[in-house]
Amino acid sequence: MSRLNTGGLIDRARPLKFTFDGKQYSGFEGDTLAAALLANDVRLVARSFKYHRPRGILTAGTEEPNALVTLREGARAEPNSKATAVPLYDGLVASSQNRWPSLGFDLLALNQLASPIFVAGFYYKTFMRPAALWEKLYEPLIRRAAGLGALSGLPDPDSYDRKHAFCDLLVIGAGPAGLAAALTAGRSGLRVIVADDDMAMGGHLLKERSEIAGATGADWAAGVVEELASYPNVTLLPRTGVFGVYDGHEYGAVERVADHLPEPLPGQPRQRLWKIVAKHALLASGAIERPLIFPGNDRPGVMMASAVSAYLNRFAVAPGKKAVIFTSCDTGWQTALDLQAAGIGVAAVVDTRAQKPALADRLDLSDSVVALQGAIVDIKGSKSVKGATIRDGSGKETTVACDLVAMSGGWNPAIGLGSNFGNRPVWSEELNAFLLDKTPPDFSSIGSAAGRMSLTSALGDGIRAATEVVQQMGKSPAEMAIADVAETGGTNENMLWVPSGIEGKAFVDFQNDVTASDIKLAASEGFVSIEHLKRYTTMGMATDQGKLSQINGHGLLAEETKKTIAEAGTIMSRPPYTPIALGVVAGHHRGEHFRPVRHTASHDWAAENGAAFVDVGQWKRAQWFVQPGETEWRTSVDREVNATRGGVGICDVSTLGKIDVLGPDAATLLDRLYANMFSTLPVGRARYGLMLREDGFVMDDGTATRFAEDKYYVTTTTANAARVMQHIDFARQVIWPELDVQATSVTEQWATYSIAGPQSRAVLQALLPDIDLANEAFKFMAAGEYRWRGTKIRLFRVSFSGELAYEISIGANRGRQLLEAIMAAGAPFGIVPYGTEALGVMRIEKGHPAGNEMNGQTTAGDLGMGRMLSTKKDFVGRAMAQRPGLTDPGRMSLVGLKPLDHAATLRAGAHLLAKGAEPKAANVQGRVTSAAFSPTLGHSIALALVTGGQERIGEEMMLNDIVRGSDVPVEICDAVFVDPAGERLRG
Amino acid sequence: MRIPCPYCGDRDSQEFVYRGDAAPVRPSDPAEETEFFDYVYLRENPAGPIDELWYHAQGCRNWITLTRDTRDHAISAARLTSEGKSA
Ligand SMILES: [Zn+2]
Repeated sequence: MSRLNTGGLIDRARPLKFTFDGKQYSGFEGDTLAAALLANDVRLVARSFKYHRPRGILTAGTEEPNALVTLREGARAEPNSKATAVPLYDGLVASSQNRWPSLGFDLLALNQLASPIFVAGFYYKTFMRPAALWEKLYEPLIRRAAGLGALSGLPDPDSYDRKHAFCDLLVIGAGPAGLAAALTAGRSGLRVIVADDDMAMGGHLLKERSEIAGATGADWAAGVVEELASYPNVTLLPRTGVFGVYDGHEYGAVERVADHLPEPLPGQPRQRLWKIVAKHALLASGAIERPLIFPGNDRPGVMMASAVSAYLNRFAVAPGKKAVIFTSCDTGWQTALDLQAAGIGVAAVVDTRAQKPALADRLDLSDSVVALQGAIVDIKGSKSVKGATIRDGSGKETTVACDLVAMSGGWNPAIGLGSNFGNRPVWSEELNAFLLDKTPPDFSSIGSAAGRMSLTSALGDGIRAATEVVQQMGKSPAEMAIADVAETGGTNENMLWVPSGIEGKAFVDFQNDVTASDIKLAASEGFVSIEHLKRYTTMGMATDQGKLSQINGHGLLAEETKKTIAEAGTIMSRPPYTPIALGVVAGHHRGEHFRPVRHTASHDWAAENGAAFVDVGQWKRAQWFVQPGETEWRTSVDREVNATRGGVGICDVSTLGKIDVLGPDAATLLDRLYANMFSTLPVGRARYGLMLREDGFVMDDGTATRFAEDKYYVTTTTANAARVMQHIDFARQVIWPELDVQATSVTEQWATYSIAGPQSRAVLQALLPDIDLANEAFKFMAAGEYRWRGTKIRLFRVSFSGELAYEISIGANRGRQLLEAIMAAGAPFGIVPYGTEALGVMRIEKGHPAGNEMNGQTTAGDLGMGRMLSTKKDFVGRAMAQRPGLTDPGRMSLVGLKPLDHAATLRAGAHLLAKGAEPKAANVQGRVTSAAFSPTLGHSIALALVTGGQERIGEEMMLNDIVRGSDVPVEICDAVFVDPAGERLRG
Repeated sequence: MRIPCPYCGDRDSQEFVYRGDAAPVRPSDPAEETEFFDYVYLRENPAGPIDELWYHAQGCRNWITLTRDTRDHAISAARLTSEGKSA
């Protein structure tokens, strides 16, 4: 065990059991998985991506590139979880990835021997020729070898939540700068949200030994968090990573609500997506320590110096027994102090600089090798570090035994989120790091994210920035003072050390196995732009997105190309800053909640009466009604059609779009919207209308009814209801705002039933005995407003089926009641309910174009309605409909088709060919848009668009269905199959 | 993204339907076919501020003219389109 006896922020009273690769271990509440593994002396935790090299734990945070594990089992298994960011819980199960057959003995580690072929650009070099081998050999090979963890392939058993929030100030990161800013803003009364990725707030205060106002940094942080939690105007979001900055001051964040539990509590979401709108945001995301580039820098036991300090101070874990420090800044020396304070020997301190820092005087270096202007040139050991070969300033090499190497190459401000808006960061010569220049609006970085690295300056910066925000928002800032800050005393010198003359594998990007020599090779091959280098070597393209590797890669490239880093520039980051689960983006929108469901007033009645439902947009519509004994859908549909045409049927048509158009200029507006005339429509009459788009093609059809001089009621197809509403609003607000007319959707307000068939009048007369429905009194296309049992109804004599038919509308809340009354009144006449399928069959029998025909590519002329285009007025689409291409007589236009052999089936989508023509695209002269079996005629019928259209009636053609493999000889006929004279609907 | 609806206030862009360039004015009929062609098909696509039409479909159902900078999506003005061209 490597657990220290005292110290740390763990709860020793709460031991937790967990397993890694099937072996049981224990840790404490407050551990991360990585801390607990180190405490149990587990060093080797992963295999690398390309070379399958043994890897250990490199960091103590979300930037971890090596220690990626599969967390949990079964459907909850989550690959590529960072052990350094997974909070330990009792019963945690994790396993290593990318190894076969085992982590200790991985056969694919042989890839290392083949490493010459895995160099920069190896995908482009190795797998190119012969091309024939790509699909058979290369791709399967790459897919098996590449990739880290595997998905379970099972449905995600957890649920995900979504929340929207608004605040004055969003603080991203709760380290010293973030906490100081949040405290200032919270005390000043701003609405503050503090989001922090870690399970505990405090950032580096939890990892370093410091003192603020007489308390340890960690205790000070806990006190601030407690105070913030007491403010109603402050929301604290621990375990919440802000992953993106979006337009309009919006921020995306994921709260890991239950990831620290074995599984979510009943009713609890696993994660929650936050969409936060913040008037101002402060990026207090801290800084990420840079690795150093040296051979063997990826061996288990080589760690970031700050991570070593974090394991010692926060988790009371000794990551080794004998350490070598390799540093280019004071951080390494601070870690040496932490190690000695924990009683761990420091075998050597190697500093790339020429001078020891003042801090060194506080170390006992009597037994240590100190090498200035030095470097580590080799690491002994493979699955764990056994020693380090050090070259000092004079070139002398010494090998020191050790089991831990703590490295520090300085610090990079964590500015990724700030570059989300395409703001390219700029190189600071002073800091030797990239800083934000431009930022998203009302967004600023503070503390070490802004290059203010010391604790004192970070705290001060937080107070200063929040005070400014408070003032901007017109409030008076609280007086703030944070006294007595004791730091370890390092300077902020931040060198970027780039080695020269490296031999052996020195890793730059640990996760994608990109080495220093790959970068040099890429540069020598001409990939000298930062963006090219990234793609050619894959540096920075792994799940860590180059958080550790980027700057070192830049440094190497700059060295090779003899350019400065400032000249070479850097890349910008895109959301997500850290990977997020797709499930949390989908949220509740999955399964039956994928989109809203709309039910008509008769839905439950239909369900009780055997309806099979079909999705029509968001609506559920009854497709047909199954009667006892009916096993085939066609049986039900044929029965419904025959019963309607032979007697009476009723269909819920409430899903049609309904729009009230009101005002003195209502008639003028409709004249301009419809191709045909509506100002001449008498009150109490309905008229079929056709709307074009401004480009001259058909948009939608429906009826408009005039209930008063200034009161029209417009119906649309179900599919286009929203589009037509938008179109009407566009016409009256944008094109002709001078018209005095209002329009409002009343689709949901009315339940509407179509009653069709020769007995429909009798049924309605029984229902409405006080209204004279005789043919002369209530003619075809008549309409009126009446009352039924005290409630207003609208009655229309319109027909879609071609039969004598009526539509009756009532307030949706009484829809079911009316339907049941009609069914009762119709019972003596044998009324049947029919669904959308029978409705469709009857409209095809009548040759009515619907969505299949009004597909956005057809003109009024194509659909046989050319004569509806008024020549007496302007209307939307009039001018463009006259273009030669739209009036060409050679265009495909609407006809009917019937099979020569009445037993044959016609299918939608099939192509029409001249008899004997070869079935190829050049010979296609038309296609079937709608097809159905007509129970009225006793055979299959179809509507089709064919070149020449009406001219070809009587011609025989071949209907070729290449997809389903059939050839059916057909005859072109008129599109109206039933009652072409229209006598039934006028009778 | 947030859209400042003059009627509803700042609202989520998901409530809106985007249409595009607000500049084209429908020619009053009768007009040359080319005028209608320009109106239907030709749009400016500047890198910079542009007046464009948005429809608050899931809100007040007003058509709104926004002045938006295509380079950074900054919205500098918003008004009801029915109230005319000038702000
Ligand atoms: Zn609005």
